[in-house]
Amino acid sequence: MRLCLLPAAVLILLLFVAPLVIVCAYSLLSRGAYGGVGLPWSAESYTRLFDPLYASIFVRSFVVAAISTALCLLLGFPLALFISRSGRRKNLYLALVILPFWTSFLVRTYAWMFLLRDTGLVNTLLLSLGIIREPLPLLYNYGAVIVGLVYGYLPFMVLPIYATIERIDRSVIEAAADLGAKPWTILTQIVVPLCAPGIAAGSVLVFIPSLGAYLTPDLLGGGKTILVGNLIQNQFTTARDWPFGSAVSLLLMALVMVLLLLIARRNQEGLL
Amino acid sequence: MDAVLELRKLSKSYANHHVAVSGVSLTLQQGEFFSLLGPSGCGKTTTLRLIAGFEEPTDGDVLLKGVSLRGLPPYARNVSTVFQNYALFPHMTVRENIEFGLRHKAQMRTAEREKRVADALGMVRLTGKESRFPAQLSGGERQRVALARSLVLEPDVLLLDEPLSALDPNLRKQVRSELKSLQRRVGITFLFITHDQEEALSLSDRIGVMNQGRLEQVGTPQEVYLRPRTRFVADFLGTVNWINGVGVRPEATRISYQPPGGGERAVPAVVESSLFLGNCLHIRTRLITGEPVVAEVSRLNGSYGRGETVHVWWHPQDEIICPQ
Repeated sequence: MRLCLLPAAVLILLLFVAPLVIVCAYSLLSRGAYGGVGLPWSAESYTRLFDPLYASIFVRSFVVAAISTALCLLLGFPLALFISRSGRRKNLYLALVILPFWTSFLVRTYAWMFLLRDTGLVNTLLLSLGIIREPLPLLYNYGAVIVGLVYGYLPFMVLPIYATIERIDRSVIEAAADLGAKPWTILTQIVVPLCAPGIAAGSVLVFIPSLGAYLTPDLLGGGKTILVGNLIQNQFTTARDWPFGSAVSLLLMALVMVLLLLIARRNQEGLL
Repeated sequence: MDAVLELRKLSKSYANHHVAVSGVSLTLQQGEFFSLLGPSGCGKTTTLRLIAGFEEPTDGDVLLKGVSLRGLPPYARNVSTVFQNYALFPHMTVRENIEFGLRHKAQMRTAEREKRVADALGMVRLTGKESRFPAQLSGGERQRVALARSLVLEPDVLLLDEPLSALDPNLRKQVRSELKSLQRRVGITFLFITHDQEEALSLSDRIGVMNQGRLEQVGTPQEVYLRPRTRFVADFLGTVNWINGVGVRPEATRISYQPPGGGERAVPAVVESSLFLGNCLHIRTRLITGEPVVAEVSRLNGSYGRGETVHVWWHPQDEIICPQ
């Protein structure tokens, strides 16, 4: 029995523990002249994290991720509800939700750039209809970044919520109607609370990748919007400061883990 | 007695031409315990769903205290349903479950609501468990929460969809008698859906036997058991020995070595087997005319061995004669 678990243990060691140890070690070394790391050991990367500049980047990233998650929830819940009520078309709609995964995320993000830029589809249409006189600044701002994140991670919200809606016993809904609840009351007092596990799972699945995203802010934010993801990316590329990049990564990871622990504890208490 | 619920030629068919309920007409009196009895798929649950408003009839009408319920959503009907699996709200406590209907169906002041909830809790013996969640209750307790949740609204008719079938057999008999005394106390009309003839016979003031979407017979338990109008009703309510077109129930079938003397009907038979059931014996025989006949005889009357020649007899007044 123990022997059977050995491959799994090796896998975890190689793919999870070892990289983490490497990142920890890097964060405590000094930067090399042309990237990479070297001796001596140093905690300087961590002291630099206290710079208010980086604190503001973290706060901004959390705000952007939180807004994206909230928007995903606002769009994803009705969508999941709609799919679950679609009878025989359910599988078709679910396939449509998953379909975008079949093309590259990069290509899809570029597509948004073509839609949102000054000479893009949206501005051209609004201009030709005479609704606006000059192109709206749709691209290269936080709005565009949030649009990209919501678009990219919406399926991660829809699917877990859909799964919990599907598991709700139909007779529970009927019982609520039988006891006098109108559709809106059923939605807010029965369906939403019973979907809490799906909403929690979906929110985590959207929030965490949004927090670490670097491609979307880079392309749709046009370099004007620095989020944690870009900060880390820059340290390993242009800034050539691998120890600092590692330290930022570890801090981000620690913050996410604290957040998850808090959610887990609330779930246990609140019988969600 | 006043009519509280009236079904008029109620019918329900689906897009695939499946006819679930076909022309069911029925009147329930105030305070009555009425059972709809039938095998699974006979349309009894669909009938209940049409009354509750979960489905709309394709034809016919449901009248509650003389007023048509046509087109009214479930929340606007003064009936309440106890579901087969209870359908309690898993994220709400016992108290919140019971309060739910009072909050939404009946607008009332907090003090009045609290009194009603306390009364309901006491009625189903759940006082002290109001802060538990459904998952923390036993099957019997859950069933009582479901009952309290509906009864607290004092509906004109309480609809019960096989509420005992999810309980284990030992508990079922106990809950059955509780249910009957509860119904007498509250005086609310019960429409009880079941496929268990023993349940229907022991609980009901009247029984409606359903088969293939139709109501085959309505009557008191004695009427449907002793005077079934169709062969289906006779067979569904218990074993019947069909002898040359007439039916005799096993408990009315006698057995003896000597032919009886008076006006009884008697046929010679051969004993095929004997089944010991504790309080009685089931003697399986085959008549010389070929039909198999089961006789339920008291253990005190002695046993009959396999292969013995006997006389099977019965009184003419015990015969079941179905018109069809």
